[in-house]
Amino acid sequence: MANGTAQSSITLRTDTWWVLPLVTAIVLATFGAYSTWRAFANVDFLVQPYLSPFYSPYILASWWPFSPALLILWAPLGFRATCYYYRKAYYRSFFMAPPGCAVKPMAKAGNYEGETKFPFIIQNIHRYFFYAAAVVLFFLWVDAFHALWFEDGFGIGVGTIVLFVNVILLSMYSLSCHSFRHLVGGRFDVFSKCPTRFRLWEKVSKWNENHAMWAWLSLFSVALADLYIFLLAKGVITDLRII
Amino acid sequence: MSVAKLRIYRGDAEGGQEVEYDVPIEEGMVVLDAIHFVQANYDGDIAVRWNCKAAKCGSCSAEINGMPKLTCKTRLDTLPLDKPITVHPLKTFPIMKDLVTDVSWNYEVRKKIPPFKYAKDTDWKMQQVDVERSQEFRKCIECYLCQDVCHVLRNHNKKNEFFGPRMMIKIAELEMHPLDIEDRKEMLREAAGVGYCNITKCCTEVCPEEIHITDNAIIPLKERVADTYFDPLQWVMKKIKGS
Repeated sequence: MANGTAQSSITLRTDTWWVLPLVTAIVLATFGAYSTWRAFANVDFLVQPYLSPFYSPYILASWWPFSPALLILWAPLGFRATCYYYRKAYYRSFFMAPPGCAVKPMAKAGNYEGETKFPFIIQNIHRYFFYAAAVVLFFLWVDAFHALWFEDGFGIGVGTIVLFVNVILLSMYSLSCHSFRHLVGGRFDVFSKCPTRFRLWEKVSKWNENHAMWAWLSLFSVALADLYIFLLAKGVITDLRII
Repeated sequence: MSVAKLRIYRGDAEGGQEVEYDVPIEEGMVVLDAIHFVQANYDGDIAVRWNCKAAKCGSCSAEINGMPKLTCKTRLDTLPLDKPITVHPLKTFPIMKDLVTDVSWNYEVRKKIPPFKYAKDTDWKMQQVDVERSQEFRKCIECYLCQDVCHVLRNHNKKNEFFGPRMMIKIAELEMHPLDIEDRKEMLREAAGVGYCNITKCCTEVCPEEIHITDNAIIPLKERVADTYFDPLQWVMKKIKGS
């Protein structure tokens, strides 16, 4: 038997709780830097028949002097920024509110307002960003099918597969959304009176269990799809035609 | 026989410190067994609250190596035994003695939640599909680990503004009940302070009953609040339908 005092004022946890928020911060910051650079670049986003997802739908507007990507990206950016999963990720990794469970947050005690005040009260309109992102998603599907048509007719290239994988992952991310889960049926209390809605809710609930996985996979896929087209446009790689 | 070093917090509201004890490890031993060994062999006056020793009564909550856990459900062989194991009382609630805290605040908050209210002409037959969601929340054993780990209560001490995760699942249980006609959305937004939750999911991580507190209770409640207070489309739809 020996005496001692409490060890740390931040936490008494002895495991590597800091690894996950650190890795999350690095990955999100890298994606943020890459996507910002690509969105403002306004070049190397179109190699027929492939269009970068950052520039889809491609809007040619004479009145808009900046990159057309900026007309679109607010929707998927807003959708991800207000996403219930990403909220957990960035509140922990960037705002340290808190960085880990049973770990002291960065904000001083009493200063915390959560999502009750501006700007974080905006999180409550997540469903509207979902609607906007769904429109963009529709055009990404159009682009994926467009990628089946080359100058010499129907075909499948590696780029076609890249765009299809990307749009499938983005669709799963969107369809597993918590707000969508609520809107399709979660807001009802008596499922037996609306069996179709119940079946839809059940399906979305199943997808929703892996929402975090779809969030990460679709984040990587959208960046990699853009990178693939960028490298094609730069002539660094050539597209392999499968059919 | 190998030995575990247990550093148990000994003290009361006036202050205290960790005291280290050597405990011989037996197969299948849980932390509560180790505390009982200390009680029987070193300090008979060590205060620990426990009852069922089967992870069903929710009495033996404590912070083991800094993480809120049930001492009766935490096996020693799941902990790194090369370092001392720390056992502290729940940080969120006032300490009474050693590992025993005063959790009565939770009972006071519980009284503020409007109870189940039914219509006069209620048909008491219910479909399983309609009550399944609420049944998940009824698994709660009121161990208050979720209340303890919630940084809004733990670090920001917003006990006057936020009811905490345990009360959120109680409200969700009632709100999603097919026969309940009480509307708790205003209370959720104001007195219960659902907006203070920032979805960092620590409550879900520590729940010994594996209730999906965040995904199945808090987020759906936030969405219901958004229906009423943040969604003009829903408001227009309700006006059109006359509800």
